[in-house]
Amino acid sequence: MAILVFIESAEGKIKKTSLEAVAYAHAMGDKVSAIALGTVDKGELEAVGKYGATKVLSVADERLNQGVIKAYASVLSQAMEAEGAETLVLANSSLGTPVAASVAIRVNASLASNAVELPNTNGGFVVKQSIYTGKAFALVDMKKQKKVIGIKKNAVELKEVGGNAEVSAFSANLSDADFATKITATEKATGEILLPEAEIVVSGGRGMKGPEHWGILEDLAKELGAATGCSKPVSDIGWRPHHEHVGQTGVKVAPQLYIAVGISGAIQHLAGVNSSKCIVVINKDPEAPFFKAADYGIVGDAFTVVPKLTEAIKAAK
Amino acid sequence: MKILVCISHVPDTTSKINFVENNTKFDTAGVQFIIGPYDDYALARAIELKESSGATVTVLNVGLAETEPTIRKALAIGADDAIRVNAHPTDSYFVATQIAEHAKGYDLILMGRESIDYNTGVVHSMVGEMLGLPSVSPVMKLDIDGTTVKMQREIEGGKESVEATLPLVAGCQEPIAEWKIPNMRGIMSARTKPLNVVEPKAVDAAVQFQKYELPPPKGAVKMISEDNVAELVTLLKNEAKVL
Repeated sequence: MAILVFIESAEGKIKKTSLEAVAYAHAMGDKVSAIALGTVDKGELEAVGKYGATKVLSVADERLNQGVIKAYASVLSQAMEAEGAETLVLANSSLGTPVAASVAIRVNASLASNAVELPNTNGGFVVKQSIYTGKAFALVDMKKQKKVIGIKKNAVELKEVGGNAEVSAFSANLSDADFATKITATEKATGEILLPEAEIVVSGGRGMKGPEHWGILEDLAKELGAATGCSKPVSDIGWRPHHEHVGQTGVKVAPQLYIAVGISGAIQHLAGVNSSKCIVVINKDPEAPFFKAADYGIVGDAFTVVPKLTEAIKAAK
Repeated sequence: MKILVCISHVPDTTSKINFVENNTKFDTAGVQFIIGPYDDYALARAIELKESSGATVTVLNVGLAETEPTIRKALAIGADDAIRVNAHPTDSYFVATQIAEHAKGYDLILMGRESIDYNTGVVHSMVGEMLGLPSVSPVMKLDIDGTTVKMQREIEGGKESVEATLPLVAGCQEPIAEWKIPNMRGIMSARTKPLNVVEPKAVDAAVQFQKYELPPPKGAVKMISEDNVAELVTLLKNEAKVL
């Protein structure tokens, strides 16, 4: 049975989490078709084949250059039908998650979100999903014939398994009603490493004492190719923009390396970082609760330790 | 204008998560339950709209009798009345079906972007789809001008301005409004506000939760001297293999 994978792009590049969705579908062992909406470069689409898609459907409709949720759900539902796909796989994101929900209702599918492992099809169709903001997992049996699976970052290892995919145009019937929600403006940091997708994150808390001291964290982030984040109090006081707030009610990150500077480690913050592979905590208070959740810790003043760390990384290159 | 705010009844964000009965049930021992933090933002915005434009606010929860203190808190914060759909919220499809059943006739249907227990983040979109209404999430700003709703939606690394017309479903998050704390008058009046208990619409869950697991315990932290930062870089490279 065929699997359809919805792939998202940002600044003309297919997102890494979407490539992971392709790899996930490939590992499920069925024929994989990917689908991209809006204008995306053909070479970029062909390259999706490396991760296991044999075919990429391209819906080059300019109206889809913006992520209009209903229109996207409409196209994906039609594509599932046309491809005879009973399963849709995508990466959970601010666009992917609501789109997955709409498609699930349209095609009458079971839905799993934040899947962290491949499904176990031994006597059912059981997906392990992250719940309680990374504090636990649930094993969920997807009962319906059709399935929509949203995967969490790092659910599967990204490795090349094939060559270029065949790209073909797909046209869907879209009505004005599909575009009833209008996107009137988009403000997006360009050229920056996006926090939810970053492999390394450098975060600062109230211990940084003020927004004027963020330069040392930015220097460290630059040296590491990292995104910058912050704790909730820091975004609440307005030292940093809200989209950098990492935690229970902010962005949940799952990087290879998370470096926390001057963050005490309240449970609300830990909930946003507990899927990180490795956590480094730098804090001048040896009693800071964050050390208990860390892999490596340094007790010391951020204003001396962070520049030293930046230098040490430079020296080790 | 009629506003429906759907709230979840979830463990406090500082709760220790454990499971009982062979890891098939959440352990409620010692756990304090609250209005879902994202739902609390939705409720706060609804109360602001009530104060500024005279809307009425109804809260809805899908849950058994144990959720009533949480519902009463929402009434104390300022909602006018409440509906409790008397059922255990088995999965997002079941919950969305119940909400859709009662949401007809409301101009604005608000809830949190996700519940903090299952984090699926899909109920608002499902309700929108079931009712044929636009749904937008995660919404960090929402203003109403006639029948036009102007919103800001968070996207990776920024935000999007979105416009749609009422009726509409929105999944909310900060900083849409400041959380409201009930005052004594609110708490007193909440006791007598209508809380209607209704039986659920019969529908099968689309997924079945079989079992729960906790992540493997974390090993001990390795402390490094602040005078030897280079050692950290070596460990990150050779031991953790993350650089």
